[in-house]
Amino acid sequence: MTQEPVLTARGLTKRYGRVTALNNCDFDLYPGEILAVIGDNGAGKSTLIKAISGAVHADEGVIELDGKQVQFKSPIEAREAGIETVYQNLALSPALSIADNMFLGREIRKPGPLGSWLRMLDRPAMEKRARDKLTELGLMTIQNISQAVETLSGGQRQGVAVARAAAFGSKVVIMDEPTAALGVKESRRVLELILDVKKRGLPIVLISHNMPHVFEVADRIHIHRLGRRLCVVDPKQISMSDAVALMTGAKKPPEDALAA
Amino acid sequence: MSQIQEFEKALSGSDTSVAAFEEHGTSFVKRAQHFLHSTPAAVPLIVLVLSIIIFGIAIGGRFFSSYTLTLILQQIAIVGILGAAQTLVILTAGIDLSVGVIMVISAVIMGNCAITYGLPTLLAVVVGLAAGAACGLLNGLLVAYMKLPPFIVTLGTWNIVMATNFIYSANETIRDADVDAQAPLLHLFAMSFRVGSAVLTAGVIATVVLVAILWYVLNHTAWGRHVYAVGDDPEAAKLSGIQTKKVLMAVYTLAGLIAAFAAWVSIGRNGSISPSAAVTDYNLQAITATVIGGISLFGGRGSILGTLFGAMIVGVVSMGLNMLGADPQWKVLLTGVLIIGAVAIDQWIRKVSV
Repeated sequence: MTQEPVLTARGLTKRYGRVTALNNCDFDLYPGEILAVIGDNGAGKSTLIKAISGAVHADEGVIELDGKQVQFKSPIEAREAGIETVYQNLALSPALSIADNMFLGREIRKPGPLGSWLRMLDRPAMEKRARDKLTELGLMTIQNISQAVETLSGGQRQGVAVARAAAFGSKVVIMDEPTAALGVKESRRVLELILDVKKRGLPIVLISHNMPHVFEVADRIHIHRLGRRLCVVDPKQISMSDAVALMTGAKKPPEDALAA
Repeated sequence: MSQIQEFEKALSGSDTSVAAFEEHGTSFVKRAQHFLHSTPAAVPLIVLVLSIIIFGIAIGGRFFSSYTLTLILQQIAIVGILGAAQTLVILTAGIDLSVGVIMVISAVIMGNCAITYGLPTLLAVVVGLAAGAACGLLNGLLVAYMKLPPFIVTLGTWNIVMATNFIYSANETIRDADVDAQAPLLHLFAMSFRVGSAVLTAGVIATVVLVAILWYVLNHTAWGRHVYAVGDDPEAAKLSGIQTKKVLMAVYTLAGLIAAFAAWVSIGRNGSISPSAAVTDYNLQAITATVIGGISLFGGRGSILGTLFGAMIVGVVSMGLNMLGADPQWKVLLTGVLIIGAVAIDQWIRKVSV
């Protein structure tokens, strides 16, 4: 890799009381790649992701975005910096419409006095942009953009959450277990969505327990073990069983993989 | 997509058309359920119309006179305004037991400032409104930042504000004549207009205008959508970038401010200013109107228009039973039935995911 990483972390440490979740952990994400993060339950994957997305503040360590050091105090700050996260619980409001959800927290107001004085939302503009985004990502099965999110299927909701992240993420998109609760067809759709997002030039961090999915879409795999990066491997040069062996400690990592 | 899994290859032949089902299987009940789900204010409106028709048939033309119907509006104005404040709080999945006493203490403060201390009346009103907003702000701070349950917080402030009200005022009533002589502006909302036999007071108009403004804010501004989102799923709202604490603070403060506005309207309606009004269960009446109006106690669902209809339902029922010469306890009993019925309907509607 000759390119500069988009997002790096060095020496991240996070302790919850006497429990160490992150232990001097490093992390690198390069432009335009899909980086999968795998690891056992309790390895600290979620804490790592939360530290990057601003939901958790690390005790020690530095995070750099585009070479500049950043310190996110909340997910809002990370979002403003261009890091969008698709959370495992999707973070959608069930009773609100698809368009309202996609623009939650960054609504478009009507131009002119209606918007600046009466603060009126520009629903047509929001609905149009939401529709464009969904179409761009191939989510054609959603008929009515103003229907409530609770009326959608699990896969469609996932699609809305991914579309939201893709629409607003300018630097990095993080996806936490995006296929965990989905059926075969819906998982396939989400994987295609991920590849679509990649095609548009955004780097993606993918957290998943699903080895076939990880090996299919990832360019590099960050193996997380005991609160730190054990190694980074190339999915084309390693088998799934070796990756699992590394992740669970059944096998020691090769020397050269540590540097990647 | 070179590494597609073997079992996933079958997907290439999968159906690509938009899912469609034959419609004849859907019963009238199902369609009604769906309609009510998408139009939350419809249930109380239907109940309101039905109760007007039922009492109209039972009582006859007397009930349908515009005088009677507008009298009902005058009677529910205060509860309607307090219900609007309550609605904001309940939409965030909270509850405000203190709105009633905030109204009373605000009225007492307005009266004392204008009459006892001799401040200009307009300034007295502003001080009263500020006092109400300050009480709401206290609720908001405790709920949003101390993370105490809204029920407990407002149960506490209910007692605190009620006691403060009695200590501060020494339970002295300010007489109607004194208000009229020294601060007629406090009686602003008693101003009435006659249209035929219909009598509309400024208080009634203020109630309707306030609900209309809040409806606009809740449905057509970003802040309004945030109120719904916070009540719907606070965690999701937070992760979506909504500053949930600020929204909660604003909602409780606004509820206090609206309660203080209700105080001004109540001075117009009652004439005198009596601290002992604090023992009236205005807070429960406001919650009743809200719940009958179809606002879900679990937050995030319902339309503020429903609250206005809910208050009107209670007004129609009590006026109707009065005119029929029934024991007033029947009104209480029927209100109880309406509350349970409204929540049962809310649960039934919630089941629809269509």
